[in-house]
Amino acid sequence: MSTHTTPTRCVVVGAGMVAHRFVDSLLSRAEEPVHITVIGDEDRLPYDRVGLSRFFDGASAEEMTLEQTVLADPRVDLLPGDRVHEIHREDQQVTTASGARIAYDHLVLATGSSAARPPVPGAELPGAFVYRTLDDVEQLRERVAAASDAGRPLRGMVIGGGLLGLEAAGALQGLGVEATVVQSSDRLMSAQLDLAAGEALRRLIEARGITVRTGTLTTALTPGPGGEVAGIEFADGSSAPTDLVVFTIGVRPRDELGRAAGLDCGERGGIEIDASCRTSDPAIRAIGEVAAFGGRCVGLVAPGYSMAEVAADRLLGGDAAFAGYDLSTKLKLSGVDVASFGDAFATTPGALDVVYADPVGGVYKKLVLSDDATTLLGGMLVGDASAYGALRPMVGSALGGDPAAYLLPADGIAAPTGDLPDEAVVCSCAGVTAGQIRGAVHEDGCEDAEAVAACTRAGATCGSCVMTVKSLVGKELTAMGRTLSTALCEHIAMSRRQLFDAVQVSGLATFSAIIERFGTGRGCDTCKPVIASILSTLTRTHVLEGENATLQDTNDHVMANMQKDGTYSVVPRMPGGEVTPEGLIVIGEIARDFGLYTKLTGGQRVDMFGARLEELPIIWQRLVDAGFESGQAYGKSLRTVKSCVGSAWCRYGVLDSTAMAVRLELRYRGLRSPHKLKLGVSGCARECAEARGKDAGIIATATGWNLYVGGNGGATPRHAELLAEGLDDEELVRTIDRFFMYYIRTADKLQRTAPWLQELEGGIDGLREVVLEDSLGICADLDEAMDLHVRDYEDDWAATLADPEKLTRFRSFVNAPTTPDPSLAFTAERGQVRPASTDERRSGSVLIAGDRLEVRG
Amino acid sequence: MSTPTITATTTNELSWRSICSLDDLEVERGRAALVDHAQLALFLLPDGSVRATCNRDPYSDAYVISRGIVGSRGDAPTVASPMYKQVFDLRTGLCLDPKGKGPGRLRTWQAREVDGEVQVLWRRTA
Ligand code: SRM
Ligand SMILES: Cc1cc2nc3c(=O)[nH]c(=O)nc-3n(C[C@H](O)[C@H](O)[C@H](O)COP(=O)(O)OP(=O)(O)OC[C@H]3O[C@@H](n4cnc5c(N)ncnc54)[C@H](O)[C@@H]3O)c2cc1C
Ligand code: SF4
Ligand code: FES
Repeated sequence: MSTHTTPTRCVVVGAGMVAHRFVDSLLSRAEEPVHITVIGDEDRLPYDRVGLSRFFDGASAEEMTLEQTVLADPRVDLLPGDRVHEIHREDQQVTTASGARIAYDHLVLATGSSAARPPVPGAELPGAFVYRTLDDVEQLRERVAAASDAGRPLRGMVIGGGLLGLEAAGALQGLGVEATVVQSSDRLMSAQLDLAAGEALRRLIEARGITVRTGTLTTALTPGPGGEVAGIEFADGSSAPTDLVVFTIGVRPRDELGRAAGLDCGERGGIEIDASCRTSDPAIRAIGEVAAFGGRCVGLVAPGYSMAEVAADRLLGGDAAFAGYDLSTKLKLSGVDVASFGDAFATTPGALDVVYADPVGGVYKKLVLSDDATTLLGGMLVGDASAYGALRPMVGSALGGDPAAYLLPADGIAAPTGDLPDEAVVCSCAGVTAGQIRGAVHEDGCEDAEAVAACTRAGATCGSCVMTVKSLVGKELTAMGRTLSTALCEHIAMSRRQLFDAVQVSGLATFSAIIERFGTGRGCDTCKPVIASILSTLTRTHVLEGENATLQDTNDHVMANMQKDGTYSVVPRMPGGEVTPEGLIVIGEIARDFGLYTKLTGGQRVDMFGARLEELPIIWQRLVDAGFESGQAYGKSLRTVKSCVGSAWCRYGVLDSTAMAVRLELRYRGLRSPHKLKLGVSGCARECAEARGKDAGIIATATGWNLYVGGNGGATPRHAELLAEGLDDEELVRTIDRFFMYYIRTADKLQRTAPWLQELEGGIDGLREVVLEDSLGICADLDEAMDLHVRDYEDDWAATLADPEKLTRFRSFVNAPTTPDPSLAFTAERGQVRPASTDERRSGSVLIAGDRLEVRG
Repeated sequence: MSTPTITATTTNELSWRSICSLDDLEVERGRAALVDHAQLALFLLPDGSVRATCNRDPYSDAYVISRGIVGSRGDAPTVASPMYKQVFDLRTGLCLDPKGKGPGRLRTWQAREVDGEVQVLWRRTA
């Protein structure tokens, strides 16, 4: 055995985001034994403070906890809920409020900041909050809940119109509170924006329904009869009633420990550090918001993370240095796009501005360039910050093109990245440079943004750099003479399209035969479902037929959608959104009898949730008996055809959109495709069916149907483009047939029609030539394929019910076929069930475990 | 010979417990089984071997592992959780692809087929 070394003892004060990063970095790189003690005075595990507002979108405290394995490492002791109250520098120890005395070789102060309250009367009244910790937001939410029986919407004042104030106002609004932002200076986000940009932002904020008062100084909060905040007074003598107040006027570094221990502190607070993050005591380092570098503390997480990396590196004997603050920021308020980066105020001598303003569209963008207009120094983006990810890393380097190109409306296409120098920081959260990303591609063999994130962490925190990482990876691969791999996975080296052709030509009809001939190994959850989809287009057999069954994702395998607890949802088809009263009654009875949660979907039909595996066939039997069939909400196949009521009822309807929607849904039901397919049919140009957001959107006009294709909702919305006008019913159906079949044969795995159309040679014109002018001579083939699909369609559920062999797959347990999964537990909410949370299971407030719950009103 | 405790069939604690018949399993598609109060996932591989893991997915806490897609990674037979798609080695239970989450593992049990019966080496509960 080698000689036994005692571990280096490192004590970290504060268990916030920066402390967490420091511990992670130190542990993952330490080769010598270390022992780390982390003391945090919040009574919880370190959590994502940057994402604090997610709490109001329903994220639980648990979900906001940072990666736990870091602190679970045996080399770490975490002491939550305790506070260090003194540092004894002479004997290198700290003492805590609970009386512990802990010795250190190295001490790291990561105590962050506390939120400030203004020195005005009433600032401490109940109902006046700050916005910093999980405790703060929990109390805020309780206050809103407690006051919400006022019989009118609550009013809330946010004092401070910076990044945090706007975020807080958005959160209040999300809670149904009428929010007003009160800002003492002349504009919102005055630290990041000039007057013009601030004005543009004000309009966006007001358009979102938040009131803004600039140039307004708060002088007092006044209590109501219950002792809680009820009013607010301003310096101009005016006042306003309010139910609650949130202060977001700034933060103060929590430097009290260091100050008391005699460490040098900055004039405006904070513990002074040098570029190695060392304080005036060489055994003590400070990182994060509490550290003052160059006399200044900064309330952003990215510089804190850089300090954490530097401090860890130094403790391990490295020579990393903190390069100074990057003050770039982006507002996280949905619907309000604002970012500012680099020298946004053009303080560099001779700096030039390029400004693009569209007051109607609410857009203001400014780039700051060097005096020769070649080097990017900084900028502000309001109303459209899509170029932020691409521009921020280019600060300090040549723009490589007309600056205006970066400012004009991007139309969804990311701004050009130019050629980023290696030292440009692309991900400021993780401090990853363009050079490191290139290195990840060259040396570590990363071939996509996901791999780069796993390898370097770039893109894993706030996500704003992901598009830039993607484009860097693509460029690097191209430069290496490779294209972004189109291989499906490690088992199949072909793209979906190549595989489709190969399977069609070879006539192979089983997975085993295909993988043996065209692949390696036994497949995986990527290639198996793709092969299943191809086989179902080519052979049109049931998804559970023979070996095919093993290829399906669980949803396709059991023909229902898996939910978070392992139960399933059941969605019967309602073509065009039409359903009879009898149909609704049957669904209601089934949901009641099986205790299922029911909800209308965004696709105009009813979803029933919480069915157990072994219940599915019994539920289907009742649905099938009542004339329903599977809605294939699970399949990469036709989902729904959304309709409006059209000429049958509507005053404005031009054609019978509902009848057409029903016809189309019945024609394409069961059609398997690379990704899901959705259609919409509107009865007139008012477009109530939102058809242009669909893969195929049909709009009635006086001269016939207009067909739009390649629309998409979801993550990257896109309006469908006009493919053909004035079609009669038969022409319409044939054109959609061909469009779908052509897409099914040529698209990549999991590629919807919108990106497929964007990549298609010739775009919409190219598609028109193929499906309307038959430029490839394949129309007859496509037509035949669709006719066969229609001929061979069978309902997944009915076919399964008719086959005892297939039904064996719905046993809950192979040795206890009807015993319910004993882990399931439900609780009631608004008169229906939902899966119980971990806390509810623990506290026993679960209504029923394992078996059915009867919900009675 | 070199693994005496494993081959012993009747120590006080460990014994081979029959769960179901081999015909109840389907190649490359899992089945859940209930043994005492534990939920297992059983898998029949193309080479005829049987694997047993815990049915609980450590990443979602749902008992769904038996409903994942079976395949391979290099030499390792694998199952992908149907919930968030983490991939596990069926021989060791180790998670091979945590999809950006922390390390994870499925508990595994020894499993075998004897005379058409599927058995797992099980520690008797008192
Ligand atoms: C149930 C439903 C929400 C609801 O309660 O309303 C729903 C639920 C799911 N949607 Fe959706 N989507 C539902 C309507 C929509 C709509 C609205 C619509 O269809 O008009 C959209 C936007 C339109 C579109 O698709 O372009 C929509 C865009 C998505 C997306 C993003 C797709 C994209 O191209 O960006 C996903 C993710 C994916 O498919 O990869 C998704 C994925 C999902 C999944 C499959 C997520 C999952 O893996 O669990 C959910 C499972 C369904 C289930 O458990 O039953 N869902 N989803 C809606 C079912 C409609 C139906 O009757 O079949
Ligand atoms: C709502 C909100 C949104 C934000 N959004 C962004 C954003 O979009 N981008 C961005 O860059 N930044 C953002 N921030 C700022 C970011 O959260 C902070 O910069 C970051 O959390 C600082 O980390 P830290 O570890 O230095 O301090 P903290 O996270 O404050 O952690 C310090 C911890 O130390 C504890 N502590 C203090 N003294 C002691 C003691 N004596 N003993 C024991 N424990 C002690 C504190 O209780 C605290 O838990 C946001 C902040 C908030 C509140
Ligand atoms: S789209 Fe036209 S026809 Fe259809 S409901 Fe709206 S107004 Fe009426
Ligand atoms: S900049 Fe936040 S994750 Fe990259």
